[in-house]
Amino acid sequence: MDLLLQRIIDGLSNGAIYAVVAIALVLIFKATTLVNFAQGELAMFGGFLFYVFAVQAYELPLLVAAFIAMVLSALLGVTVERVLVRPFDPQDHLPVVLITLGIFYIVNAVAGDIWNYEPRAVPSLFPNNFDDFISIGGARLFYDSLGILVSLGLMYLVVYLILNKTKMGLAFRAVSSNTESSRLVGIRVGRILSFGWAAACAFGTLGAVLVAPRLLLSPNMMAPVLVYALAGAAFGGLDSIGGAAIGGLVVGLLNSLVLGYLTDIDAFSSFRATPLLPPMLLLLTVLWFKPSGMFGTKQIERV
Amino acid sequence: MSDLMLEVRNLQASYGQVDVIRGLDLEVKKGEVCVILGANGAGKTTTLRSISNMPVVNSSGTVIVDGVDISKTDPGEIVNKGVAHVPQGRGTFPELSVLDNLHLGGYIRKDRKGIEDDVQRWFDYFPVLGERREQAAGSLSGGEQQMLAVSRALMSRPKLLLLDEPSLGLAPIIIENLFKTFAEINQENGTTMLVVEQNANLALNIAESAYVLETGAITMSGPAADLKDNPAIQEAYLGA
Repeated sequence: MDLLLQRIIDGLSNGAIYAVVAIALVLIFKATTLVNFAQGELAMFGGFLFYVFAVQAYELPLLVAAFIAMVLSALLGVTVERVLVRPFDPQDHLPVVLITLGIFYIVNAVAGDIWNYEPRAVPSLFPNNFDDFISIGGARLFYDSLGILVSLGLMYLVVYLILNKTKMGLAFRAVSSNTESSRLVGIRVGRILSFGWAAACAFGTLGAVLVAPRLLLSPNMMAPVLVYALAGAAFGGLDSIGGAAIGGLVVGLLNSLVLGYLTDIDAFSSFRATPLLPPMLLLLTVLWFKPSGMFGTKQIERV
Repeated sequence: MSDLMLEVRNLQASYGQVDVIRGLDLEVKKGEVCVILGANGAGKTTTLRSISNMPVVNSSGTVIVDGVDISKTDPGEIVNKGVAHVPQGRGTFPELSVLDNLHLGGYIRKDRKGIEDDVQRWFDYFPVLGERREQAAGSLSGGEQQMLAVSRALMSRPKLLLLDEPSLGLAPIIIENLFKTFAEINQENGTTMLVVEQNANLALNIAESAYVLETGAITMSGPAADLKDNPAIQEAYLGA
């Protein structure tokens, strides 16, 4: 029983990280109807920026370092969108998707060149010693896990308030719904795209900062996280912020439970070596049976 | 100051190799309703899209609105020059609520109080929109969406309203009411309107002046009443 509870807690806290990255994916998808495959790598780069300010060069307080890394990542995201994405016709998806794949490899190589591929230990934003936990029914809820879940909650709240309570958010939802009419009412669509990329990269970096202490920081750290996040975003519906949050948590739980229990059975023991299989199967299942995801909007239009 | 709200000179537009508009001249007086009649493919929509500089491949010519040349103005700036455009297919924001749609119509305005007053005004004018203020625009019926599209456009308090085939896909009774509403709004607010239509009968009823567009060029123009009596028009557009 405590093992089940422990696996649920672990699953949810890992899932919260996937959820953070999934929300970043959804922000860009809503702005551009584009799945940004470079999201994970841009986040990884942000994770290294955090490392630079927190450990390597400046030893700033961790929250300050995380904040600086998020701001710089936002600027990086705006630049990438402006220089590499915007010049291309957004209606033509394939070239833009290929470009995001290109950005994926470029950012990965640049990070590898600057910081090499050796995994590094990174401090956690939250206390994460062996005894920093609360006992719940025999299971351990580490402060670190709790902090990650709270971070997801705060991030969701911030995104929700921006999108639903501000003029910028209204404009963002308008562009996401109908770009042409957005221009006609006087929205500067370019600025909204910049905002989407800035927010996505800042939050992606938050995800990287949260996950780095667990996975160890390296240029290849975010590639599997991106797969989990993609599965989560697709599960929730690529255009639903709340769906992405829930989807990320579901993927985390699924992974923890499937890998935890199924691999005890001999026939499935090989799953241990292929941890990406459960999210991939989830992704395929969702796309097969419910392409718009559990909470995504179906095209509603009456003529 | 001239009494012209809209002046279009030598408008040309082409998609790739295909010329759609070939040297079009157009004048709309302040406060009037002007209609452009034309069959499918005559270039009606392209004309409107060229006026508000929406993506039309290669358009050239001069567009002057209330004395200001907007030929080179970015489409996102057009509304700041007093032009509101209701595109074909209504151009609402289907996933957003009716209320959000109206607020977006007033996006460029800064007077919060005035915006809320105007929202209320359109809810009074079209009670069904008020009843469905929280509903997604895409869930409205075609006629309701057209009401919403027009209200949204008027939220920016435009000098010139461009309406692209407002009757498209609507039932005759709804079209009739809609055109009555256009005439009322025109009289109450003095908003100049340029309406592009295939439905010649109703359009000519509310319009003061009219143009006939055939394969990218104006072939006839004059007071709407004259065109209505013209046998050639009756045969081609009024089904007489």
